[in-house]
Amino acid sequence: MPNPMTPGIVPGRLPPSQIAENFGDLHTPYAPHEAAVAADRCYFCYDAPCVTACPTAIDIPLFIRQIQTGTPEAAARTIFEQNILGGMCARVCPTETLCEEACVREAAEGKPVEIGRLQRYATDVLMETGDHPFERAAPTGKAVAVVGAGPAGLACAHRLAMKGHAVTLFEAKARPGGLNEFGIAAYKATDSFASREVDWLLGIGGITVETGKMLGNGLTLEGLTSEFDAVFLGVGLGGVNALRADGEDKAGVEDAVAFIADLRQAEDLAALPVGRNVVVIGGGMTAVDAAVQSKLLGADSVTIAYRRSRDRMGASRYEQDLAASHGVRLLFNAMPVAVHGNGSVGEIELEYTVEEDGALKGTGERFRLAADQVFKAIGQVLTTDGGLTLEGGKIAVTGAGQTSVAGVWAGGDCASGGDDLTVTAVAEGRDAAEDIHKALMG
Amino acid sequence: MADLRSDFIGIKSPNPFWLASAPPTDKEYNVRRAFEAGWGGVVWKTLGEAGPPIVNVNGPRYGVVYGADRRVLGINNIELITDRPLEVNLREIKAVKRDYPDRAMVVSIMVPCEESAWKSILPLVEETGADGIELNFGCPHGMSERGMGAAVGQVPEYIEMVARWCKQSTRMPVIVKLTPNITDIRYPARAAMAGGADAVSLINTVSSITSVNLDTMSPEPSIDGKGSHGGFCGPAVKPIALNMVADIARDAETRGLPISGIGGVTTWRDAAEFMVLGAGNVQVCTAVMTYGFKIVQEMISGMSQWMDEKGYESTADFVGRAVPNVTDWQYLNLNYVAKAKIDQDACIKCGRCYAACEDTSHQAIAMKEGRVFEVIDAECVACNLCVDVCPVEDCITMERMPDGAVDPRTDKVVTSDYANWTTHPNNPAAQAAE
Repeated sequence: MPNPMTPGIVPGRLPPSQIAENFGDLHTPYAPHEAAVAADRCYFCYDAPCVTACPTAIDIPLFIRQIQTGTPEAAARTIFEQNILGGMCARVCPTETLCEEACVREAAEGKPVEIGRLQRYATDVLMETGDHPFERAAPTGKAVAVVGAGPAGLACAHRLAMKGHAVTLFEAKARPGGLNEFGIAAYKATDSFASREVDWLLGIGGITVETGKMLGNGLTLEGLTSEFDAVFLGVGLGGVNALRADGEDKAGVEDAVAFIADLRQAEDLAALPVGRNVVVIGGGMTAVDAAVQSKLLGADSVTIAYRRSRDRMGASRYEQDLAASHGVRLLFNAMPVAVHGNGSVGEIELEYTVEEDGALKGTGERFRLAADQVFKAIGQVLTTDGGLTLEGGKIAVTGAGQTSVAGVWAGGDCASGGDDLTVTAVAEGRDAAEDIHKALMG
Repeated sequence: MADLRSDFIGIKSPNPFWLASAPPTDKEYNVRRAFEAGWGGVVWKTLGEAGPPIVNVNGPRYGVVYGADRRVLGINNIELITDRPLEVNLREIKAVKRDYPDRAMVVSIMVPCEESAWKSILPLVEETGADGIELNFGCPHGMSERGMGAAVGQVPEYIEMVARWCKQSTRMPVIVKLTPNITDIRYPARAAMAGGADAVSLINTVSSITSVNLDTMSPEPSIDGKGSHGGFCGPAVKPIALNMVADIARDAETRGLPISGIGGVTTWRDAAEFMVLGAGNVQVCTAVMTYGFKIVQEMISGMSQWMDEKGYESTADFVGRAVPNVTDWQYLNLNYVAKAKIDQDACIKCGRCYAACEDTSHQAIAMKEGRVFEVIDAECVACNLCVDVCPVEDCITMERMPDGAVDPRTDKVVTSDYANWTTHPNNPAAQAAE
């Protein structure tokens, strides 16, 4: 029987029951009484800072008051009006750097109203009824193509469908959901929440999903613009940056996003192999998700190596602490320079760094970490641009996602601006839909 | 250490905290537990006439009003006077008093408005060794429909008559418990005094419907789909009670009449507030029905600490101290000018002061860049609403303008001279200042 100390990349390092427990809900959902107590703490601020801090501008004081008064269904509607993926955002938003950081009770007591958990409570209540809270407007006769069924595409498609347009939602993978389905830690969206949420969202009607289709594989931008009245691209970032370290082609050096996707789609987590010594290169949420899940699968030692200092890390302090609490070692100012091993990785060599005037450079001091699995989580890159004008490696957009080509909008991670968060993608998809609607209806 | 001993109309108790006549004082078992917990005295739950006991409903008898986190702000009840046989109650009262001679044992009584009824029960109570009686003229439900309780308390002539019967028939001090369900509390208090009562206690419960079940369309508490008005008590009624206590304490006719304060007393601070407004002691019910008898320990320690801090040696040192400061509106100093001031370091930028002032008051708070809230002195009338709604204690304060300063709202020079409505030029009835 393998155990955490077994060398190499092997499955079943922990008993299945332990793995199941490890991948349980990160935050247990509120019971109704807990929600009432938490809601009572909201001060119902004027022009509330939490709303300003929310990329989708959910009316947070209003929905919390609706929970307080025993109408979580109305609270959910308030949430969904601004953010149709409010259920997922309640689970994955870094609330500690968004609404909850802005909460005045954070300033007052260092303990904000637990907005994320309250949002989850309200959205769970409504979604458990199975009812879709919105009605589709009368058909407009307009057809819109939405490419990419991630958070941006789903939000855009839903808003367009609600307004009566006929939406065709194209998705490269076998099932919709994008990073919600394939790219975030399993313990943040348990019980197939991502796929259940998509099914519920499609309840608005008027959206046809076509999987296995992407730009460059069955679709062209020209074809779409001639066939549809408008096109929205929410294609995400399909590629992963290279380490630029010697030996990175060795077996055992893998993309963190692919690891997470495999993990999310795994029928049996106990059958998923993981290294004994895992090193994750990167400093964002993906790095944390990959590191923590490696640990939960039973890796003996897991290290996140980030080339810059802690305060530059993309993952919030909360996420860093979450990793640390699971026994993940956080290493700062260390960049990979070489991967060693005979065919497959055995060690990774890193060099300490300093940042001077914004430029990062090695100090010359190097060290090696034992590693039989290395995950690259150093950012993703656009793989399909459809010939559109780019800006900083992403599709250049102005206003509510208008690209360089008339009739084509873009949003989410593939578009310029934004901060690669689910909630930002939702806001961009929604706003693009409103803009498309305005353009189509004159 | 402060001396909490209390002497209320000759009834001595180790502290001024009594339990009011109510479910907690309905039987020996509870009262013994109360005394063990430290309560200074009890008013035994109201006794009725000999004969078949009262009957209570067999469904819910309490309704509730909650604050945040299901904190009990008020309870109403439709329970009647004791439903246990008179002789059982009398036997238990005697046994408890015998075992706790240092505690106050007052017995609440409610019998029909006939002299014979009162004259027959009083010797029975006296025989128990009880320290005094309280006449229940306050209960607003059930008994009042039978011509007792609040039905008596709402007619000053009846109060005076019954009080006199009792004073003539017993050696025990007589306390008249008043109902707040009247227009002016001074009339029943004066009647009690005229009848020779030694003291009044107030307030009894306020007639109420606490809530309505929107599914069954029945008031709560609901008995088989119907509800009846009950008596409301607890922290929510404290302001009403304080005002009534103060009214009696400062009324020319009733000034000096001993008062036992009742109505939402929950902490030592509540008790002290009743007492500085003229109550010689306090009676508690809802707080113990919510938290149990143990709360008296906090009341004892809190009042002792406060007395030590203030240098009060006995409760008599502070009883009635605030009464001279309760006045009529027309005597308030109109030359007292204050402005709200927001402590920017303490402010957490919730904006509640702004919403309250902008939407509902005087548009005297400016919301500036970066959610900085500042008072506009030229608009501020010092109404205090911002202070009241601010969630941070002492973040917003009312600052008095100094003598000689110019009030930017009125462009008038602030003077420290006292002047009130009776001499104000806008008052048609104003008398010229001498």
